[in-house]
Amino acid sequence: MGEAGEVGMRTFVHAFRFMGENPHLLLEKTGQHLELSGAALGIALLVALPLGLWLGHLHRGLFVAASVSNVGRALPSLVLIAFGLTLFGIGFWNNTAALVVLAIPPILTNAFFAIDACDRDVVDAARGMGMTELDVLTRIELPLGLPLVLAGIRISAIFVIATATIASIAGGGGLGDIIVNQPTYGLAGVVAASLWVSGLAFLAALILSVVRRAASPRPVPVP
Amino acid sequence: MIVASGPVIPNFGQGSSCEVNNGWFCTEWVRAHWSDTLQPALIQHIELSAIAIGLGFAIAFALALAGFRFRVLDPPIGTVSDFLYTIPSLALFQLLVPITGISVTTVEIALVSYTLLILYRNMIEGLRGVPAEIVDVARGSGFTRMQTFIRVELPLALPAILAGLRIATVSTISIATVASFVIAKGLGSPIFVALEQDVFKTEIFTAGGMVVVLALVADGLLVLLQRALTPWARLARSA
Amino acid sequence: MPGQAAELVFDEATKQYSGTDGAAVDRLSLAVPAGEICVLVGPSGGGKTTALRLVNRLIELTSGDIRIDGKSIREQNLVQLRRGIGYVIQQVGLFPHMTIEANIGTVPRLYGRPRSWIHTRSQELLDLVGLDQSYGKRYPAQLSGGERQRVGLARALAGDPPLMLMDEPFGAIDPIVRARLQDEFLRLQQEVRKTVVFVTHDIDEAIRVGDRIAILRRGGQLAQYDTPKAILEQPADDFVAEFVGADRSLKALALRTLAELELGGPADGPRLPRTATLREALALLVEKRAHTLAVTDESGTVVGSVTREALLS
Repeated sequence: MGEAGEVGMRTFVHAFRFMGENPHLLLEKTGQHLELSGAALGIALLVALPLGLWLGHLHRGLFVAASVSNVGRALPSLVLIAFGLTLFGIGFWNNTAALVVLAIPPILTNAFFAIDACDRDVVDAARGMGMTELDVLTRIELPLGLPLVLAGIRISAIFVIATATIASIAGGGGLGDIIVNQPTYGLAGVVAASLWVSGLAFLAALILSVVRRAASPRPVPVP
Repeated sequence: MIVASGPVIPNFGQGSSCEVNNGWFCTEWVRAHWSDTLQPALIQHIELSAIAIGLGFAIAFALALAGFRFRVLDPPIGTVSDFLYTIPSLALFQLLVPITGISVTTVEIALVSYTLLILYRNMIEGLRGVPAEIVDVARGSGFTRMQTFIRVELPLALPAILAGLRIATVSTISIATVASFVIAKGLGSPIFVALEQDVFKTEIFTAGGMVVVLALVADGLLVLLQRALTPWARLARSA
Repeated sequence: MPGQAAELVFDEATKQYSGTDGAAVDRLSLAVPAGEICVLVGPSGGGKTTALRLVNRLIELTSGDIRIDGKSIREQNLVQLRRGIGYVIQQVGLFPHMTIEANIGTVPRLYGRPRSWIHTRSQELLDLVGLDQSYGKRYPAQLSGGERQRVGLARALAGDPPLMLMDEPFGAIDPIVRARLQDEFLRLQQEVRKTVVFVTHDIDEAIRVGDRIAILRRGGQLAQYDTPKAILEQPADDFVAEFVGADRSLKALALRTLAELELGGPADGPRLPRTATLREALALLVEKRAHTLAVTDESGTVVGSVTREALLS
């Protein structure tokens, strides 16, 4: 192992020591981080999920869904946060607004395509049997499209947690506060918070993966 | 609080009234600082992104070949690339700093990591999506395994591969702005500096707008490439 | 819940899509008596599927009316109307995320029937369509095409609807299984006696299953509406004659049995029961190069004879 490697190893050891020595700091920042991410994801879900599902049900708005996802990807998180800062000044809501804008595209697009792609014959049969439009959506289309809908929510959750880190530069609080403040917390603190926030993202992704797997139809043997 | 250093705004505080009052958009500032700030940042941004996409594409392609040929390799490759994709960008940059230092290498490793998931998934799905009967006909007509791959499977997987390349390119251009937390390169750094200078709006809007336009232009060019390389895919759709 | 069979009347029913010349269904008027199978048949573009989907309002009428037991479909609640009509389509459209039992129980569940009732009902229906009761726990992906279509039929029957709409139900099934399903469907119909509207593009299927056949021409106009026999023997015009085929006389022979003929006295010759069709009799005469057939009753005793001339007159 080279010199750089040794320095690297030592940094990580220090980082873990930092975690052991500052649990309260990390927990407090984690709380802020989750509050910001949760608020943004919640608002994005309230806005994008019903809209995506309903547009998919009507098979309308393909252009909207595709454009939203393209433009969404092209909007860098740093740019969004900086824009939010120029428009709303420092605070919780400017960051929430930026994160919501970031979280909407994957949820909206996936919900749209999940429902839009449902087998037309299955939907036709359901409607012909006398299901109301809401029945068709909730009993047939949503269960069939659920894995894809959840995949979109998972991507949004990952985006939001990652970007909430950057939001610290705009007064968002959270674990990013430690990461961008090496003069105060030292490299060990920066690395510790980086590991911590990565763990948080993994945990969120893992939970949504498990939910997604549970929602997927069991594989059945084909005769 | 902000660690990156970068070009200062020389005229800020003593320039035009728009600049002094931090107005919404001062064209005179953009004109004055295009060549010393914005243009170099744009070129660096293109460099950072292009290298990351090139490397990412090469690595993902090698992985996809392995995962396509040996199915057992697919789940672990998929899981690892998904794992890398999950790490918040700022955290990944900082985690690499103790190992590769404050360098372009750090930035490129992180950017490449983020391209892998999308490129790999699209390549594998494109290759797997080739209808079995077409491969069967090719093998039956005397193509070797290699010839089948080069002449049949790869061309037919091209639309999916290029779709992945488009997404990866746009995402990379977007994430490259975060590199400015580590090194003063790319269009992220003028934004960073402007945030430090009492949120200088003109610079934020200009540099931010340039990133978005760059991403959309790159996407547009790839669409043209897609049309040139896969004319049949378009015919099928319009027919 | 509904029950029994209903009379269905198309009254100048018309569907005109906006932005197109000519109607998809053009002033279609016909009455289907309760408990009968009416087959809509015709070339593609004849509007048969459109006509069918007008009934459960998956497509809305432009003008005219459709009445079920005298009641206009326009005046009924859309959802209630559809729950009272069985609906079977070529692609079956089973819900892939539900077991066969849950699929069959769809309409009863919409009516709020208890779980135990639905279980019993779906077991009955599996019996009725000739599937083992163990199928109830399976998923659609585990079934063959023919089995899926039987489930589709059971699902449509679950609400005991007085009217069934069937859109090319056996169209995607291979010929051997299709013939068996047609037979079983006719046997089933003897038991349940529903009013059925059945769409097909296959004239032979139409002749086989229909009590009455409505032949639609391009542009959605009714060319002829009558019993299979009448259509084969007296096609209304050249279009119908061409559509039913040059061999329509042979097809017509398949619709009558020896029992319907006035038989000659007992004679020697190849034997055939009197339940056999005239077409089978002709085939036997040709095969044996004979002139006269001996006709037997159910017990095999010769009761009469038929000559080639009598058969073809």
